[in-house]
Amino acid sequence: MTIMLTLSAFAIGIVGAVPLAVGLSSSNILVRLATRLFVDLVRGVPIIVWLFLLKFGIQIGTFKFNPVAAAVVGLGVVSIAYLAEIYRGGLQGVPRGQGEAANALGLTRGTTFYRVMVPQAFRIVSPSIATYLTGLLKDSSIASTIIVTEMVFQSQAFARQHPSVEGILPYIIVGILYIVLSLPVAYLSRRLDSRMRKAVYA
Amino acid sequence: MTWLTEWAGYLPQMMSGLGASLLIAGISIFFGYPLGLALSLMVTAKNLAVRTLGLAVVEIGRGAPALVILYLFYYGLPKFGIAFESITAACLALTWNSAAYSSEIMRAGLQSVARGQLEASNALGLSQRDTFFRVIMPQGMRSAIPGLMGVAIQMFQGTSLAYAIAVPELMKSAYNIGSQDFNYLQIFTLAGLCYAAISMPATWITVFFEKRMARHA
Repeated sequence: MTIMLTLSAFAIGIVGAVPLAVGLSSSNILVRLATRLFVDLVRGVPIIVWLFLLKFGIQIGTFKFNPVAAAVVGLGVVSIAYLAEIYRGGLQGVPRGQGEAANALGLTRGTTFYRVMVPQAFRIVSPSIATYLTGLLKDSSIASTIIVTEMVFQSQAFARQHPSVEGILPYIIVGILYIVLSLPVAYLSRRLDSRMRKAVYA
Repeated sequence: MTWLTEWAGYLPQMMSGLGASLLIAGISIFFGYPLGLALSLMVTAKNLAVRTLGLAVVEIGRGAPALVILYLFYYGLPKFGIAFESITAACLALTWNSAAYSSEIMRAGLQSVARGQLEASNALGLSQRDTFFRVIMPQGMRSAIPGLMGVAIQMFQGTSLAYAIAVPELMKSAYNIGSQDFNYLQIFTLAGLCYAAISMPATWITVFFEKRMARHA
């Protein structure tokens, strides 16, 4: 469940952040301010508040979020905001000359963006995205507070059934599990990064 | 408009919760920074045992979710007869968290100090202590400031997790008010705004510092 939560929220975030990142680096000041306000607001509120708001606050007619949906939507929206900020940093990190050169070559704005800016920006942000993914993995533990049966929830349930000294074990095991789960992400990210570096400088 | 008047009614109760949140965040930062400095020195120490111990403390503090550490202190340790009040457990867990995160930032800051600085103070015959406290640390800490401010904001937001171990902080007071008349949407929106009212300006100040440092670098 933990992995499912993390991956679905990450998928929402990685796609949803694209329009926001474009908005954040827009030349139109109104668009820029509006997206900036949205991103800062989402990031300024702790995840647990978003989850409670979605789970307990939203009730449209008879519709209510079930815990898993609330967790996925909540973590997804938060990921959108954080990843948009990361993307923006990446787009800004692409040297200005690249855009100007693409212009001079007569490339359309679409081609410039997708073929020139995005590939280079991706190279810059891929480590930050991996860091965010491991952060998201840990943040998914917050879903246990709205009764999503992920790892922390399970360990608590186990600890309640075993009120003896072994009761401390589930917390230790679950802590180690999070660390272990984040290892492959870190490893893959390092490999991806070194491969892309080679592709550029080889 | 009715929302606004009701919010005004809730505010006093929320404010005491906000006070508790700020207190926990303050304590975990106050103790977390010095501990983080000590940890960053341990991680870079020559002694293997010291280094391993430092790394373990840092990696668990950063690698395990704050919520798990909270549960460990509040539900786990009492089984060994070490029981804390919920607020103490929250402070301890978040202090560990902030120490681990800030140690990484400080280590990066200290390592970013140019080698020549160290060699120069050696050549000048400064003692090891003077070299560290008078030369390396002031420069290293300066470049760590924006990152450390980021940790502080993260800790303030992290206090909301203490709700899960029944600390009477902002989130808990919101939940209590909400469960009286089931106005969850309203009350959690207010809670969110309270958090944002502190985090957002704090983030802007951090960004301002970052930009200023970048200009002088």
